[in-house]
Amino acid sequence: MWTFLKKLYHQLASPPHFYRLSPTFILWLAVPGYLLILYGTIAGLVYAPVDIVQGERFRMIYVHVPAAYLSMMAYMIMAIAGGIGLIWRLKLAHAVAASAAPIGMAFTFLALATGSIWGASTWGTWWEWADPRLMSELVLLFLFIGYMALRGAIDDTTRADKASAVLAMVGAVNIPIIHYSVEWWTSLHQGSTLLKEGGSGMQDTAQLYPLLAVIFGFTFAFGAMLLRRARTEVLIRERRTRWVKELVLSNEGDL
Amino acid sequence: MKARHQRLLAVGLVVAGLAIASALTLRMFSENMMFFVEITDVRAGNYPADRNFRIGGLIEEGSMHREEGSLDISFVVTDLTCDVELVYTGVLPDMVVEGKGIVAHGRMDGDVFVADEVLAKHDENYVSPEIAETMTQHAESVAAGAAERGPECPH
Repeated sequence: MWTFLKKLYHQLASPPHFYRLSPTFILWLAVPGYLLILYGTIAGLVYAPVDIVQGERFRMIYVHVPAAYLSMMAYMIMAIAGGIGLIWRLKLAHAVAASAAPIGMAFTFLALATGSIWGASTWGTWWEWADPRLMSELVLLFLFIGYMALRGAIDDTTRADKASAVLAMVGAVNIPIIHYSVEWWTSLHQGSTLLKEGGSGMQDTAQLYPLLAVIFGFTFAFGAMLLRRARTEVLIRERRTRWVKELVLSNEGDL
Repeated sequence: MKARHQRLLAVGLVVAGLAIASALTLRMFSENMMFFVEITDVRAGNYPADRNFRIGGLIEEGSMHREEGSLDISFVVTDLTCDVELVYTGVLPDMVVEGKGIVAHGRMDGDVFVADEVLAKHDENYVSPEIAETMTQHAESVAAGAAERGPECPH
């Protein structure tokens, strides 16, 4: 078992093997991911019963919660992959970190936009500068933008990898701040519905199951997107190597 | 020690140092991170007297008064221990109703909080009509969100 895992690790960590094996993983993530999203969005946005206080407006949760959770998840993957790349000098880890940034930024923007639209019609305000949850999530957006700008500003890939990995790890202190902001301080933003103490704050399974479906669906789809991007990133980074040249010349690879 | 162990140690120390530094900074500025002041603190006089601030709490059941022919509104905000009366002129968001949470911006004028903005604060509970019905059968007060009052307000 151990030797098998070790072999799998060494195979995946090597760029040509990763390039060859990743389509299988992408398929196994994308198919259940998009099926769950399909069920979750239709069941959540159309069939789930309304909330007695918010009415139809509560349906924003089916996009907002998975987007917000994945914005933090993408950041953690970016920071951890950057750290692994720094410590173990793993080329693939830096490629994964670089690939996570634009997806994470998109989810952060989606979480901020859906939250703002929801807030305008329920709270009565689009944005509150002093709210700790809103501010820490906005800082996350700037961290993603800063990370990508830093990468773009350094031409040498190895130096860009190191500098951006340090930035990603320093910015990781913001992740627990986002999560606990609604517990440590008073805020306009409510606490977590699903991770509430003493059970979920959503008791009707017709509301709850679609939410869980979109959360898992978004996660799988994110995994597929990340591998898809990392595959392209590996190809660009390894463009001068023999295996890429052979791949292009043999014309067998699905580029 | 191998080079990679040295790097692991360096990264670990930097991350741990940053975590401690940010935890201390946040503790120090904890009061400034608060979005609103609790009603108990307002009654105890722990609020900025010279500038606007925010209060947060629940609207007491049966306390909402609307002046006929004007947009003047008054209600009692409670944290289930202490109360404060709030006055506001304008249109409220539709989710600002008795028994539910609000956050208001304004200042204290004597014993009354004069608000220039009132926002609805939704809690983390989502209740479908069906669940609301079973909740009413069990205990009417739970569905209405009217929690039990805490100890007597000391101020």
